[in-house]
Amino acid sequence: MKKSVVFGALTVAGLAAGAAAAGTLDDVKARGKLNCGVTTGLVGFAAPDANGEWMGFDVGVCRAVAAAVLGDPKAVEFVPTTGKTRFTALASGEIDMLARNTTWTFSRDVDLKFTFVGVNYYDGQGFMVPKELGVSSAKELDGATVCIQTGTTTELNLADFFRSNNISYEPVPIETNAEAQQQYLAGACDVYTTDASGLAATRATFEDPSAHVLLPEIISKEPLGPLVRHGDDGWGDVVRWSLNALVTAEELGVTSANIGEMAAGTNNPEINRLLGSEGSLGEMLGLDAGWAKNAIMAGGNYGELFEGNIGESTPIGLARGLNAQWTDGGLIYSPPFR
Amino acid sequence: MTTLTDPPKASFRLSMLIYDTRYRSMTIQAVAMIGFMLFAAWLINNTMTNLETLGKTPQFGFLLEPAGYDINQRLLDYNSQDTHMRASLLGLLNTLLVAVMGCITATIIGVLVGVLRLSKNWIVAKIMTVYVEMFRNVPVLLWIVLAMAILIESLPAPRAFRGENPEATMNLFDTVAVTNRGIYVPEPLFSNSLGNIHLLGQSSLRFDVSVDLIAFLIVLGLSIFGITKVNARAKHIQETTGERPKTLWANLGLFFVPTGILLALLGFHLGYPELKGFNFKGGTHMRNSLIALWLALSLYTAAFIAEIVRGGILAVSHGQTEAAEALGMRSGRTMRLVILPQALRVIIPPMISNYLNLTKNSSLAIAVGYMDITGTLGGITMNQTGRELETVLMLMLCYLVISLSISMVMNWYNNRVKLVER
Repeated sequence: MKKSVVFGALTVAGLAAGAAAAGTLDDVKARGKLNCGVTTGLVGFAAPDANGEWMGFDVGVCRAVAAAVLGDPKAVEFVPTTGKTRFTALASGEIDMLARNTTWTFSRDVDLKFTFVGVNYYDGQGFMVPKELGVSSAKELDGATVCIQTGTTTELNLADFFRSNNISYEPVPIETNAEAQQQYLAGACDVYTTDASGLAATRATFEDPSAHVLLPEIISKEPLGPLVRHGDDGWGDVVRWSLNALVTAEELGVTSANIGEMAAGTNNPEINRLLGSEGSLGEMLGLDAGWAKNAIMAGGNYGELFEGNIGESTPIGLARGLNAQWTDGGLIYSPPFR
Repeated sequence: MTTLTDPPKASFRLSMLIYDTRYRSMTIQAVAMIGFMLFAAWLINNTMTNLETLGKTPQFGFLLEPAGYDINQRLLDYNSQDTHMRASLLGLLNTLLVAVMGCITATIIGVLVGVLRLSKNWIVAKIMTVYVEMFRNVPVLLWIVLAMAILIESLPAPRAFRGENPEATMNLFDTVAVTNRGIYVPEPLFSNSLGNIHLLGQSSLRFDVSVDLIAFLIVLGLSIFGITKVNARAKHIQETTGERPKTLWANLGLFFVPTGILLALLGFHLGYPELKGFNFKGGTHMRNSLIALWLALSLYTAAFIAEIVRGGILAVSHGQTEAAEALGMRSGRTMRLVILPQALRVIIPPMISNYLNLTKNSSLAIAVGYMDITGTLGGITMNQTGRELETVLMLMLCYLVISLSISMVMNWYNNRVKLVER
């Protein structure tokens, strides 16, 4: 009897270990929903709108993956995570993927055991100050009080920047973007620092955005991208190529407007392979042939997502810059669909 | 007729383990123990297997790597190149700081409120009731956040102190600056400082001890020792002659003259806060986060302590009050000399658990960005190194040690004041 208990325990342990390691794609299909980790609220990247519907650039990636896997861009359970909780949520399997403007770094990739599947926004850390302070460079910030989201790479960059420039500062650690905004607007800190895109998004929600300036210094490289757990390459491939499908679609001129006629077949074989009218790329991923078509139809191609959520026509007003297609001199580049 | 029968042989059979009441309870306990240990082993084994699958076998080497982040409130010297271990130590000190400050304030407020709630003055008693019910019935996290929001939104920013006609001015003859970044108070400085002693070299646990402080404490200790001697002598004279010599001037002199001379020798002066650049410089900066956390924790815990104190006082028989009044004692003295000492015996044990609660509640510090040990070791360090299991285990160990230490001290005190039965 004792023996059976021991063996039972071992079996359960083995099963639990096995379940944690593989099969995210099957799990998502069986569940019928994708659990996607996003920010607790950063307008333009991921924030619920007036109807409680999650909107934004990172949300677009989640929806594209859900559409590719399940055929339904609405089949996403958004899990808001803070800078501190996001990695635990992903590592524990609470979420299937994380699309939360997370910087791709060596230690996160290697030591924390995550797989970054690509970069959907090339960013860098900047500073925002009220115009009335009269500061024109980050190097003039000696002695300033700096609001910073805790548990992020920005925290480390900030320490390095002030240290290497031999100036002092007073950090005010803050849990979420909303709290940082409150403290910054009340003047409890002189400076707010985070990724430049996040600063632009935050400034756009201010009553008077023109009273605040972004300083010219960008003190770090912050390639932001979606990530999954190590050890499930099949699932990593699905997320990676869903993102690549959006990028390739923009490069090849496939938009949510013309995708219907293009899916019927074109004389460009790469478009045909992408949209599934030729070849069997979907099958290789374990998805149906129309996976990329669904992903693109979810919110448009990469360019459409960018323009619709954070581009120059939105209040956030970010220029494409580094995030232009490689054909336009940017860094956005997808490996070929072949 | 007598028959001699041999007493039954105490032969042991296996079935007796279940059917014999002498052994049954032991059998059950042994089985339960084995079951529990198997369950614990399974849990640990499961965790280890899963962590190994993830490639994250527990190890503590990360503690010796550079932390890379800054901490605003530092009780010891620290910079971003120090190790995670040192960052944790600073966090631990911040936790202890707010816990000690909180316990002291909560006790003072709690005892006051508890006594006042029993006041015969209707308004005072009702106000105290309202206070107790309000604080006790709202989660402490909300009080912390509210305190922080009030401090940030209602106090002036440093820039309001600037210019020809500033919107805000410093208080108390320009010595204290109350801003929404915290309160700046004058700090003690010594122009002929004796310096610091550096202990533990360059290790992560190094700390400095101010020789000035040690000298001051020694002199103060000697003064107090002198005062007790003077008082003992006065008591002796009173007991032999019935007349008590005046000791007030001797006591005051003993207390102030030696310390005053020492401070003068060390060149004691106050460093005042001054608006320089973005912030006030100089003086001691009590950050908003500390004040908010301290206030909220103290007021919240004080509400519970007030109820304990009230219960303790009510537990002392009314006859004691009547007896004291019959002896002609005024009500203040009755409370102080007769009721409270007896009430203490009832008050101390539940007080221990309130101190423990306050200490553990201080882990909500991250809500206002106070860098306690949950914020450093359990927050940034955990996040930057990804060692969840290790950091959380260490965190639990820290709180366990703090709590057990508080319990130990309070139990020792409880044993001293409890009723000695002869």
